[in-house]
Amino acid sequence: MSTPYAKLPGWADYGLIPVINLFVAFVVAGFVVMLVGENPLRAAAILVEGAFGRGQGIAFTLYYATTFIFSGLSVAVAVHCGLFNIGGEGQGYIAGLGIGVVCLAFDSVLPWWLTFPLAIIAAAAMGALWALIPAYLQAKRGSHIVITTIMFNFIAASVMVYMLVDVLKPAGSMAPQTRNFLEGGQLPKLNWIIELFGAKIRSAPLNVTFLLALVMAFLVWLLIWRTKLGYEMRTYGHSPKAARYAGISETRIIIIAMLISGALAGMMALNPVMGDQHNVALDFVSGAGFVGIAVALMGRSHPVGIVLAAILFGMLYQGGAELAFEMPAISRDMIVIIQGLVILFAGALEHMFRPHIQALFASISPRTVGIEAVKGKGA
Amino acid sequence: MAQAAIELIGINKSFGAVRANRDINLEIARGTIHGIVGENGAGKSTLMSILYGFYQADSGEIHVGGQPASIKTPNDAIALGIGMVHQHFMLVDNFSVLENVILGAESDALLKKSIAKARSELERLEREYGLEVDPDAIIEELPVGLQQRVEILKALYRGAEILILDEPTGVLTPAEADHLFRILKQLKEQGKTVVLITHKLREIMAITDTVSVMRQGTMVATRETKKTTVGELAELMVGRRVLLRVEKGEAEAGGIKLAVKNLTVKDSRGVTVVDDVSFDLRAGEIVGIAGVAGNGQSELLEAISGIRHAVSGSVMLDGKPIDLTGAADPGELRERGLAHVPEDRHHVGLVLAFEENENSILGYHDDERYLKGPFLNIDAIRDDAKDKITKYDIRPADCRLRTANFSGGNQQKIVLAREMEQDPGVLIVGQPTRGVDVGAIEFIHKRLIAMRDQGKAVLVVSVELDEIRSLSDRILVMFAGRIVGERGPEATEGELGLLMAGVEHQEAAE
Repeated sequence: MSTPYAKLPGWADYGLIPVINLFVAFVVAGFVVMLVGENPLRAAAILVEGAFGRGQGIAFTLYYATTFIFSGLSVAVAVHCGLFNIGGEGQGYIAGLGIGVVCLAFDSVLPWWLTFPLAIIAAAAMGALWALIPAYLQAKRGSHIVITTIMFNFIAASVMVYMLVDVLKPAGSMAPQTRNFLEGGQLPKLNWIIELFGAKIRSAPLNVTFLLALVMAFLVWLLIWRTKLGYEMRTYGHSPKAARYAGISETRIIIIAMLISGALAGMMALNPVMGDQHNVALDFVSGAGFVGIAVALMGRSHPVGIVLAAILFGMLYQGGAELAFEMPAISRDMIVIIQGLVILFAGALEHMFRPHIQALFASISPRTVGIEAVKGKGA
Repeated sequence: MAQAAIELIGINKSFGAVRANRDINLEIARGTIHGIVGENGAGKSTLMSILYGFYQADSGEIHVGGQPASIKTPNDAIALGIGMVHQHFMLVDNFSVLENVILGAESDALLKKSIAKARSELERLEREYGLEVDPDAIIEELPVGLQQRVEILKALYRGAEILILDEPTGVLTPAEADHLFRILKQLKEQGKTVVLITHKLREIMAITDTVSVMRQGTMVATRETKKTTVGELAELMVGRRVLLRVEKGEAEAGGIKLAVKNLTVKDSRGVTVVDDVSFDLRAGEIVGIAGVAGNGQSELLEAISGIRHAVSGSVMLDGKPIDLTGAADPGELRERGLAHVPEDRHHVGLVLAFEENENSILGYHDDERYLKGPFLNIDAIRDDAKDKITKYDIRPADCRLRTANFSGGNQQKIVLAREMEQDPGVLIVGQPTRGVDVGAIEFIHKRLIAMRDQGKAVLVVSVELDEIRSLSDRILVMFAGRIVGERGPEATEGELGLLMAGVEHQEAAE
């Protein structure tokens, strides 16, 4: 039987439901905070204050969001093609290698605005390359993409340990990371934009990669909804049989979608590597690839939703750090719990409140849901 | 009149804003066969689901045997003696008949006792109602007709006095359907009450005592079968007069458009599903392929349209071969003028999550009319979709609406519009009117005839014998992957039915 629920108006579908889910997540998180003996309202206030209260906080929030936008877009592109790429972590990690090589080679000779495009290409290429092998195995051999991409995360981690410890580490250094990039490998900060609004920033890592992330979000929208390629990807994503019927090559579309997804995952490395640390360090991705899954889920695989969800997670990261600092009873792990609850309610339990809200809408104004909207499977 | 077995009073049920059942009153007399007809989406299934406890009515009362009853789950229904035979069987394929019958009604933690008890009970039921089935046969090895009997036995084993059958003949040969009707009559004679849900009016006329017609969620009429006609029922169902048989002139068959020779197709398990099939399709004729579902027609269509690989044989389109052994590309075939309306519009012919206009280019999205470089030409696509909506009277006339929100008939029109408007030389249509309401059937049939009259070659595969007979200029009958006979449109149903059951085929072998 087809879902016996009418469709909701767009604003409720994309606005109201996520907000309700988020609210419930925070209420439950509040109970957890109470459990450790802190005042949940104060905790919430600190969290929001820490993320958006001062220019400094906003800049950090957006810095984290930048990485999540890339990883969220990466997951979303694959999802539109019916593929679940959970290898963003590894693809982003390995992309750091490409960026590192470009920066180490050119940082003394080229200005940042020439190194940056080269680094973008290198990051995208390395990320795509890392996605290509699982894509090929899926398209040609039917190896499940979830399994192969997650295994490639581990391979990427091992490769990077080897590269950073044995190859790229400057002689005599104890830290498993490359030397610091010179001027030409450092991206300009964007903090001045926030300062325009009168806020003061001591130092925050928000940089031009944020703009690149917004451009990519627009390009992904263009790709998915406005190009023939995106049309083919969506067709395959919704129904492989329909794609076969329409003459769309399964092999080709899987590989292309994964290459794009991998390239986007790769670009997320630009933000920490060139924008903040100015070196390639061990484990610099630190889970951002996995956060991308939650971001894409919550953003409903739409670039606008992804940007908003990325900012939300940026807020949780930044505000969470402040919270851990202000309330010693709340450790870093508590923040992970709160993030987990957000993912649970916004992602996994996304449909929990939907039927009730739909029923509510239907009773308030049948017009909005459209009377001919549903034909239950007849006899 | 006999006492009412079931009485429904003022039943209302809404899904969101959609009122699937509005104020339904229905009285089903004990010991009768009561038919319920209506178009798809008229609310028949919803009503029966309420009676069987799958859904709860928003308001209204159910009386069983004169007593008010509260039916919250199927178990409540079973306890009240209501049994249901679903359209899609609810059987465990690799269990035996006996195991399926006792499933969920085991009387003990250990099976041995239940099985022994069930065996004797089953034998009694089989004797009493002429429902012979080997209790130890494995379900997946039984033909569908027998599987259906197991479903009926299951209900009777649970003490059903009232049996609801949902579209029971959809998967049966005419002979199997006849046998089912005999069983139903026998059940009636034993005092059981049968509720038959169907959209086949002929069956209603043949077997029921009383018939109720539903339309758009309401019960529009209840008639004594003897005192009504097929025409009246059809009119009640649709709300207007319908032509039950398409009018068409003589075919003027031209040259051969599609030549299929010795085509053999195997499925993924290596079983031969299309076996050495040869036929020609000429311009200006409709060839119908009749057969019970699952005799290779679907695979034949898929092989010709390039979706499925063939093992051997050849297909010539306009005298040039189609590459069948490699990956024949459906896109290339479209360019060569072969359009295909697939059997399964939900998963193959359409992407239900897409907007209507996106589906109206599926398969033709390489056409430069719809593109601007690598980009989709959204304006052109939507204008084109709007044209088709007008031309094919697709409702609601909204090219931005999600395809899933169109009714079955309108979805089929979306596919037909897309394929026919490309002006193909050859049109291959699988199940043109499956799940389509009576009004749309008439429209679709007229369109197919019009295609033929324009000199197109049309190949129709359908499990609806009536449809094949009224559309086709030549009828090919498929059985077990082979074409077992060719007849003209004047062939009787009995004759075709025997062919479909493979009778002639087997006689020849004996």
